[in-house]
Amino acid sequence: MALLQISEPGMSTAPHQHRLAVGIDLGTTNSLVATVRNGVPLCVQDEEGKVLLPSIVHYLPDGQIIVGRKALATQAVDPRNTIVSVKRFMGRGLKDVAHVETMPYDFVASEGMVRLRTIQGVKSPVEVSAEILKNLRIRGERSLGGELTGAVITVPAYFDDAQRQATKDAARLAGLNVLRLLNEPTAAAIAYGLENASEGTYAVYDLGGGTFDISILRLSRGVFEVVATSGDAALGGDDFDHRLFCWILDNAGISLPSDRDARRLLMKAREVKERLTLDESVPVRMTLEGGDEVDLVVERDVFVDITRPLVEKTLRPLKKALRDANLDPADVKGVVMVGGATRMPHVQEAVGAFFGQLPLTNLDPDTVVAVGAAMQANVLAGNRAGDDEWLLLDVIPLSLGIETMGGLAEKIIPRNSTIPTARAQEFTTFKDGQTAMAFHVVQGERELVADCRSLARFELRGIPPMVAGAARIRVTFQVDADGLLSVSARETTTGVEARVEVKPSYGLADDEIASMLKAGFEHAQEDMEVRGLKEQQVEAMRVIEATEKALAIDGGLLDEAERAGLDAAIAALRHAAEGVEVRAIKIQLEAFNRASNEFASRRMDKSIREALAGHKIDDIRI
Amino acid sequence: MLDLHQDYFALFGLTPVFDIDVERLEQAYLEMQGKVHPDRFAHLPDSEKRLSMQWATHANEAFRTLKNPLTRGHYLLELRGVDPAFDTNTAMSADFLMEQMEWREALGEAQQAADEDALEDLARRVRAGSKALVLELARQLDVTGDLDGAADTVRRMKFLEKLQHEINDALTALES
Repeated sequence: MALLQISEPGMSTAPHQHRLAVGIDLGTTNSLVATVRNGVPLCVQDEEGKVLLPSIVHYLPDGQIIVGRKALATQAVDPRNTIVSVKRFMGRGLKDVAHVETMPYDFVASEGMVRLRTIQGVKSPVEVSAEILKNLRIRGERSLGGELTGAVITVPAYFDDAQRQATKDAARLAGLNVLRLLNEPTAAAIAYGLENASEGTYAVYDLGGGTFDISILRLSRGVFEVVATSGDAALGGDDFDHRLFCWILDNAGISLPSDRDARRLLMKAREVKERLTLDESVPVRMTLEGGDEVDLVVERDVFVDITRPLVEKTLRPLKKALRDANLDPADVKGVVMVGGATRMPHVQEAVGAFFGQLPLTNLDPDTVVAVGAAMQANVLAGNRAGDDEWLLLDVIPLSLGIETMGGLAEKIIPRNSTIPTARAQEFTTFKDGQTAMAFHVVQGERELVADCRSLARFELRGIPPMVAGAARIRVTFQVDADGLLSVSARETTTGVEARVEVKPSYGLADDEIASMLKAGFEHAQEDMEVRGLKEQQVEAMRVIEATEKALAIDGGLLDEAERAGLDAAIAALRHAAEGVEVRAIKIQLEAFNRASNEFASRRMDKSIREALAGHKIDDIRI
Repeated sequence: MLDLHQDYFALFGLTPVFDIDVERLEQAYLEMQGKVHPDRFAHLPDSEKRLSMQWATHANEAFRTLKNPLTRGHYLLELRGVDPAFDTNTAMSADFLMEQMEWREALGEAQQAADEDALEDLARRVRAGSKALVLELARQLDVTGDLDGAADTVRRMKFLEKLQHEINDALTALES
């Protein structure tokens, strides 16, 4: 007897083919995971029914790692091994981090990204973040009942390349397949815009725990187009806590609190800040370990006063973004407030005064980013039919350039360029027989290299020896849809591809990540192999499924021989995927990719022609 | 066969003239990104992802070039075999150079005095100057076919664009 398949009209895939995808907001203070279930986005709860996971990782002497609320409770007891606000360290050197002197950590003096010495050894911020992501991955898998196809991870729009790469590396370490790095304000705009069917120019003001973003977007008929973005990757609610913390120390006459006392006072400061959102004054009473007594009352006016410079600091990027977008405050139709720190009344007042309108606060500023990320993850995983997809056009926040003579930065890709984007630049040799060249890639708006962020140094090798000035080396800078930069180079007179060796300034090298991945599975070598095999099998089946679907629609684009070739490649890949040899699957995947290139090009071609043809029909109507 | 080397106007189905319908350009661009953007290919095999990134990059570059009057004019000149030679050809009319000097002086003074209003005022004057040049360029490229004159206009526009950037940078510097 045949079973009737019932599916809702418009659903592109049968329910059992629904791919499990999540959106993760990896925040400075809290992190959360959301997903789309039966078309409805929702935040995934932990076993206690809580949605927010405090972004805190506690390393214990016995090898255990505690993440979240439980670590929140122990942070004042064991501050050195309890890492909070690790996002501030991502892709950053020690000298870039503000208030290092009041942080209770054992920093390791090293070049590149900050490292922390814990009872479980030296940890990079990437590893600490990976623990938070792992926790959320497991939460997502438990709730959805299966392995995740992929995740969208959000990052501050103003994150530079090193910070983005560090986030992506952390996700990889956590065993997540990253579908996309998505800018936090853009994620919020998706959630807000779709819910309210908004059209027009909107600003998203996103003040999180440790980062500030402002993005200006144009919303129209299913298109979310970021026009300009700006911000401060080291400004957030944490800084308000810190101001209050300093005020408490001053007024209580305490000069040098212990690590534990400092942490307790910081926690107290945060609590007071939060209570001042509703209360006019909040008492602070505490006995410190050293015997000092704190007995103060914080008035809201005092708090507003001491944090006013921070609020004003957010208005500068705001003006810059508007100028870049060529807009006046009055051109903005609505201002969406995102991030827990926007709950502070004086922040809302300042933003309202700037734009001359009440900001939009009807969304939960803590969850809106994760919800938008989940909606985007659902689309990227291929769970929606073509017609109701939306188009997202985002930009890079900071100009990319290279160092030229005299320590000057030459901009190659300007800020606010729509991604993906690429720019090529030609260079030549200055010595006879020169076969190598060194480059320094920087990010930022300033003229001097010293004032920009150093991203990487790379060397080109294998340039064919020629007389000085004869070689034409074309270096291409490509920024992908995650906002990540890659570099390739070619000598154009001979066509020789130069080898590019990139040494990231504040990132982890590939072999470091490989060894971290390995260390994570140290006691479970088998686990790692099983996982590796499973990943390859899933990837192979995914590719086969997608190609068969494409062949069903566009099979006619191939002649018989081509079709036979592609079918053979599919069969070989399927055969390999049914086996247990990781290497064999990898080889067949590569072979398959080569075999399907032509088909993919013709499909792309057809699709673009259709887009243009559709356009021509419109013209005739006009 | 469509390829990544065809000219940008053809890519968006536009006639290669200066005075284009910008709304139509935007429409065609969005339709194309709707087809080729990497978000449409995130769940597909690597070969398709690669192609998508190439096309989306190309569409962005083409759109950026055609949207901005200066780059559109420059691009049209190149299509018609004229190189505006920004680096080598600096011959400008005396009037234009005088005006440039005056504006640069004004920029320097406003910067020194940290005078935001003066900077904003200067920005407005430069914008008005740019607008006039756009009209001139449209006439030269689309009506009279005066390509040498058009190259000269594009060079002037380049001057003004640079000045505009410097004014913006000065304004940003004032705010921080």
